[in-house]
Amino acid sequence: MRLQNNKNLNQTKKIGFTFDGKKYYGLEGDTLASALLSNSVHLFGRSFKYHRPRGIISAGCEEPNGIVQLEVNEFTEPNRRATEVVLYEGLVAKSQNRWPSLNYDLGAINDLLSPFFPAGFYYKTFMWPPKFWKTYEYFIRRAAGLGHAPKKDDPHKYEHYHYHCDTLIVGSGVSGLYAAKIAAAKNLKVLLVEQEDQVGGAILSSNDYENKINTNSQTEWKKTILDELNNLQNVKIITSTTLFAYMHYNYLLAIQDLQPNIGKDKKNSVRQIIWKIRAKKVILATGSIERPLTFNNNDRPGIMLANSASKYLNGYGVNLGEKIVIFTNNDSAYQTAIDFHHNNIDITAVVDVRNNIEGDLPKIVKKLGIKIYSGSIISNTTGRRKIKTAHIKKINDNNVEIINCDLLCMSGGWSPTVHLFTQSRGKLKFRDEDSCFVPDQAHQKTISIGACNGTFDLKNILKETYTSVNDFLNEEEKILDGELYDAERINIGKQENAWIVNKENISKSKMFVDFQNDVTAKDIKTALSEGFRSIEHVKRYTTNGMATDQGKTSNVNALGIISELTGQDISHLGTTTFRLPYTPVTFGAMAGRFVKEFFDIERKTPMHSWHVNNNALFEDVGQWKRSWYYPKKNETMDEAVNREVKATRDSLGILDASTLGKIDLKGRDVSEFLNRIYTNAWSKLAVGKCRYGIMLGDDGMVIDDGVTTRLGDHHYLMTTTTGNAASVMSKLEDWLQTEWPELEVYLTSVTEQFGTISLNGPNSRKIVELLFPDQDFSSETFPHMSFKNLEIDKVSCRVMRISFTGEICYEINIPASYALSLWNKCIELGKNFNITPYGTEAMHVLRAEKGYIIVGQETDGSVTPVDLDMNWIVSKKKYDFIGKRALIRSDTVKEDRKQLVGILTVDPSIVLEEGSQLVEVETSLPMPMVGHITSSYYSPNLGRSIALALVKSGTKKKGVKLIVPTVNTSVEVEITNPVFIDPKNERLLA
Amino acid sequence: MLLINCPYCGEREQEEFTCGGEAHIERPKNPPDLSDDQWADYLFLRQNTKGLQYERWNHSFGCRQWFNVARNTATDEILAIYKIGEKPPPLESNEPLTPSGEPHIGSGNFSTSKK
Repeated sequence: MRLQNNKNLNQTKKIGFTFDGKKYYGLEGDTLASALLSNSVHLFGRSFKYHRPRGIISAGCEEPNGIVQLEVNEFTEPNRRATEVVLYEGLVAKSQNRWPSLNYDLGAINDLLSPFFPAGFYYKTFMWPPKFWKTYEYFIRRAAGLGHAPKKDDPHKYEHYHYHCDTLIVGSGVSGLYAAKIAAAKNLKVLLVEQEDQVGGAILSSNDYENKINTNSQTEWKKTILDELNNLQNVKIITSTTLFAYMHYNYLLAIQDLQPNIGKDKKNSVRQIIWKIRAKKVILATGSIERPLTFNNNDRPGIMLANSASKYLNGYGVNLGEKIVIFTNNDSAYQTAIDFHHNNIDITAVVDVRNNIEGDLPKIVKKLGIKIYSGSIISNTTGRRKIKTAHIKKINDNNVEIINCDLLCMSGGWSPTVHLFTQSRGKLKFRDEDSCFVPDQAHQKTISIGACNGTFDLKNILKETYTSVNDFLNEEEKILDGELYDAERINIGKQENAWIVNKENISKSKMFVDFQNDVTAKDIKTALSEGFRSIEHVKRYTTNGMATDQGKTSNVNALGIISELTGQDISHLGTTTFRLPYTPVTFGAMAGRFVKEFFDIERKTPMHSWHVNNNALFEDVGQWKRSWYYPKKNETMDEAVNREVKATRDSLGILDASTLGKIDLKGRDVSEFLNRIYTNAWSKLAVGKCRYGIMLGDDGMVIDDGVTTRLGDHHYLMTTTTGNAASVMSKLEDWLQTEWPELEVYLTSVTEQFGTISLNGPNSRKIVELLFPDQDFSSETFPHMSFKNLEIDKVSCRVMRISFTGEICYEINIPASYALSLWNKCIELGKNFNITPYGTEAMHVLRAEKGYIIVGQETDGSVTPVDLDMNWIVSKKKYDFIGKRALIRSDTVKEDRKQLVGILTVDPSIVLEEGSQLVEVETSLPMPMVGHITSSYYSPNLGRSIALALVKSGTKKKGVKLIVPTVNTSVEVEITNPVFIDPKNERLLA
Repeated sequence: MLLINCPYCGEREQEEFTCGGEAHIERPKNPPDLSDDQWADYLFLRQNTKGLQYERWNHSFGCRQWFNVARNTATDEILAIYKIGEKPPPLESNEPLTPSGEPHIGSGNFSTSKK
């Protein structure tokens, strides 16, 4: 039965849902927590470490206990706070961390064993032997932990929205709504974000009899102001949206939960949205969070924060109990007593740690005839699955009065929600009179108003909001005249700290501080006695505040306890860091649409469809999809690659080389520019000629290589390796813009503008002769390393005779849209010559047979061109080029640097693993290593294995035998020249 | 995330930019005349200032232009933006203090005011 006051609900709409397999009903507007409580379900789960029965303690995002596994299978989500989950038809939730069931949980044995689980238990117990940690960890992780991650793909979608506004207001309580009204009146673009599904903040928990604004109840006031705002074009209000990150330059992230979109019929709908907000100014009106009191057995189901009890009572009409005790150290909990009275529910007792109780609210409670125990505490409670009794005693008196109780409302004071303020790098100060951290100095364009600024009473909240917001927004136009709203003044009595209730018993008691991680006051005492001093260390040792609720109810209490035990002021202790996210954010939301095929860009060449149709397997090179090899019918990879390699050497191979980076260089000073960025000389390169270049960093290490062609006097085309195209382009721009602005050089990336077909092999000339019948392709008129602009069907092509195989090779660059058609033509014309498409794997074998390096395979950022035995490409004449000075540093001229060599195994059938280490003699471990294998293949043309390696002083060690130790055996190898085929370039230049 | 005012395009999100490290390190004009130490100084050694630092930034996913940024690395405030080749504008203090008066060296990750 619901009580009459339930303003947050729609009485007429019943909603069915399931908790732990049992069907229940709630009303529209309920949270899962309020619906279960109204069904008298108080036991929500088992605690993390001791498996103690736990119930709801709060009514918001701070909830440490009431966390559930929401939904099932691919829709499931662990650790959802029942206090935030809005009820929808067919909702399925399960309690967590219990086995076999919530009522009978075998893990509860841990509670009896708790004396043996002190702070740092796992650190202390499972240290020895060190190797066994992996075994321990498996069982510990199984025993602990909360919910379960889904095992299947999430079928929902997640979105990212970008939003810009003048004023962002976080929180829609009294101050947030009022601020929105003021900002809107100034014609500003306003975004109001509310984490709950209903606007109102603390209004949702207030009763409508008292605390009026002007003459209206807060609910009526909210309705009026909300109607106004909803009619304005410049105000946007989003609910169920938690602001979880406040970053530089007023960049904030919020997550919106479109909760009812869960379930099979909603498969492709959007479940959550991340809002990426850039605001000119930010108004924080995030409210405050009530603190629990730390007393023995303060964690039983039925023990709840006082204001949260008010919310369930006033907002949701939940009848929480009949024998109600309130335990407090401040005035605010008296409001809860008054709220119960309005609902005709008697309060058995109010227990107040203070002797002097002077505020207005206690006076009202006294008048109502409710019994107040002043200067008293609750020393213990009983009741396994719900609280049964509370033990009341005077401070400094051992007489205990045991009273029956089925609901205990507690209040240990309030903590302003300063999380976002500190994330924005604002600094806090500690306010002694009510023991809370309040915003001090802001670092960005932001203000805090209302409870999050430590202003707790309605009259002052209204006043502060009016003045602060007007000052902060400081726009000339349309300033609201005068203060619009006022409320009655309520005198608040002084709060008294009671960080540890009944300190003498701390060692024998279970006073929970962090409910979710099961950290007790005793654990904190243990940490202190073991020498931990910094709050950050105590936090990590005890795990206080490290659960999914991030200590929203426990952090300040932990500080208070440390302060009380050590005698230090809280202001000196400081706080732990308030990290983002404020509440947990799902991976799905973070990933947004960037999943599966959208995870990264896939670049495909113009001939991609041909490769797919011809059974190519693909390899990712950077973002490019490159053909790896083209297996025929039952061929293995080795068979296919050997066939492709052999066919290319014997007759004709065709390679799609479109992915190589192509940079077009134009301008007066290109030759000079090339002189500076390549190791060799470029000034004398004739138009129509090509030259191979190696590019270094200024540290002398190889970063890229490729062939550059002089197309005209002031026009060159540079090729880069596939993977480095973008970084080379940006490095060249860097040099030009920042070091050599005097050079006139224009760079344009033309990688995607051309398709590149590479025809390799002794018969390649026959194909180009058929393609371009007017051109003489003899080596006399079209020699190796030269270029011609030719036409095919009136389409202009750039044809280079260059080679990465050691065979005669023509590379045809044709505008990309014609590339596939030309490729097909080549395949057709090549049929008589057994034209064989080959992929990157065969390309690697072919170049290794010829001893050509691949940057990134033979080099690793620590290799100079000298190390590669390529002295011939390093100009001695040039005064300077990038990397030159570094080549004569003491380290780069060392004799025993690793140098490129060929490696042949004594047993020609063994193909070494790439990355294998080379040693001179086998010794006990660790063996001194003299080098490593960089490339290793089976060469079908030589009928044996070949390898390239970097070996210390390798160039001088040709003929020397080395050993490659492998797991099972040791392989004997010999250092050779790295060129295995055609060392005299007879095939290349034919 | 920073909001960077590209001198060529205007204010854009940080994700469009790449930081190129400390600015105003000129590549020596006479490398062969330099000692190994002098070369290493140019090549490897950087200030890594906590406080005011002059940096190179590139609008890599925009106009691809390089420019200079004066940034307080302790607070992430951008104090000035100016083009390559220009001298840094005069800034009031060489070591702008952090909001809580954090130390000049170290993370100083304080959430409360230190006065």
